[in-house]
Amino acid sequence: MLRVEKPGLHCTLQDLGRPGHRLAGVPPGGAMDRFAIAAANRLVGNPESAGALEALLEGPALVALEGCLVAVGGGDFQPRVNGVEAPGWTAFWLAPGDRLSFAGRRSGARAYVACAGGLAGDRWLGSVATYQLVGRGGLEGRPLRAGDELALAAEPAHPAVVGRRLPEDRRPAYGDEPDLATIRGPHFERLGAASRRRLFSTWWEVSREADRMGYRLQGDPLELRGEELISFGLAFGCVQVPASGQPILLMADHQTAGGYPAVAGVARAALPLAAQLLPGRRLRFRETSVTDAQAEWWTLRAQLDAIA
Amino acid sequence: MPRRASPRGPRLHPLGDAAALVELGRRVDTALNTRAIGLAAALRKRRGVREAVPGYASVTLHYDPEQVTLAQLQATVRNLFRSRPAPPVPGRLHRIPVTYDGPDLEDAARALGLGIGELVRLHTTPTYRVFMVGFVPGWAYLGPLPEPLRLPRRSVPRTQVPAGSVAMAGAQTGVYPLPTPGGWHLIGRTDLPMFIPDHDPPLLLRTGDRVKFFARN
Repeated sequence: MLRVEKPGLHCTLQDLGRPGHRLAGVPPGGAMDRFAIAAANRLVGNPESAGALEALLEGPALVALEGCLVAVGGGDFQPRVNGVEAPGWTAFWLAPGDRLSFAGRRSGARAYVACAGGLAGDRWLGSVATYQLVGRGGLEGRPLRAGDELALAAEPAHPAVVGRRLPEDRRPAYGDEPDLATIRGPHFERLGAASRRRLFSTWWEVSREADRMGYRLQGDPLELRGEELISFGLAFGCVQVPASGQPILLMADHQTAGGYPAVAGVARAALPLAAQLLPGRRLRFRETSVTDAQAEWWTLRAQLDAIA
Repeated sequence: MPRRASPRGPRLHPLGDAAALVELGRRVDTALNTRAIGLAAALRKRRGVREAVPGYASVTLHYDPEQVTLAQLQATVRNLFRSRPAPPVPGRLHRIPVTYDGPDLEDAARALGLGIGELVRLHTTPTYRVFMVGFVPGWAYLGPLPEPLRLPRRSVPRTQVPAGSVAMAGAQTGVYPLPTPGGWHLIGRTDLPMFIPDHDPPLLLRTGDRVKFFARN
């Protein structure tokens, strides 16, 4: 069990989300960076879908009330145990009374803290992921507060293996200016000829309007043709273009339907890179095919499966 | 670019590498919507299909690329499209009590050149269809709205619309399930919850259901 001493800026309990309920308008939700949460869970011997913390920009301070194996993945927020540097992407032991804190963000936007046994939370539609819009999942559907106590969901796996690690060359190619593998969407041809080229060649800046629902991007506006569309179902990673011509990248808590043209879709393998971007960072869409994108995902997945 | 269905059937367009969109048409039309609901139901039973979500005249498929390829799904969609569609399942009928006292009621009536009583009478006359569910949990897109009630969206959307607000815009009407931003005209409110988090599915109105409003005041 962990006690929350300081909650950090916006730290929520997440897992791999609750797919299967889009018919009710419920987005998949769950961790923005699905690779990082899955890796952190595997490093401590959990199923990939176990509950873990997602910290935005600033890590929490947590005190272990009993001994537990933890791992931190995703952005580098400089984890510390009792003030001493602890390794990222590596399982380490917290003894009762040990304090896990973070010295400050060095890279990325979201860090994940997994704990052997998985963290327990309110389960809604099969998932403990916090979904703030409806106040469900996690801890009463809200971010952590000082004084919260995080219980384990299950008995930790035995034996607890300290030092299990995911080396850097087996993680996604995180960076401040990533190229995101992206596939043309159903309404790509609604873009004018110049805009079609520009979508895949220019830099797009993440604006201040960037949250778990999606990122508004800024750049030379794209030009759209044709009449308004009637609403249709959307997916995590969809790139929509509203009348302003500034694209919107849909993230984990995205609206499940809308009528803006879906000009592209970011591949699953590239979504972790997008999840680690902050406002002000830039990205490029790199055009790829569905089969190549799927192959990229399997390559990334193999890195998770290799965490024995 | 998706157009009307070709003789070979509609095309499947990728939405990333694990989802795809089938567009059956571009119009708000009950027959097309029935077709979309039927196609989604048939696709949901296929191997590798995780979710199939009907839109007004489309289906969004979420699939597992380890079990099925986009090309296989494309063939499945064409086969299903060629075969005789299953008869539509009549949706459940909901009667929803509305207090017509919304903050936009008078402005909307004035803009439409109608009296308030006439607006309410027109809004409570049709049996609306739930064309699709989405946007936020429990949001049901209802229509078609009678022609004399059609207004463009508000030029400045509200940053917060209370849950239970009964609203209309264009050919659509609906009830806000949650407090969210919104640009529709608020003409009334209902106490009947649209989003029911502890039910499965967690909502009142499902795609294909029918809805009749009646005035409480």
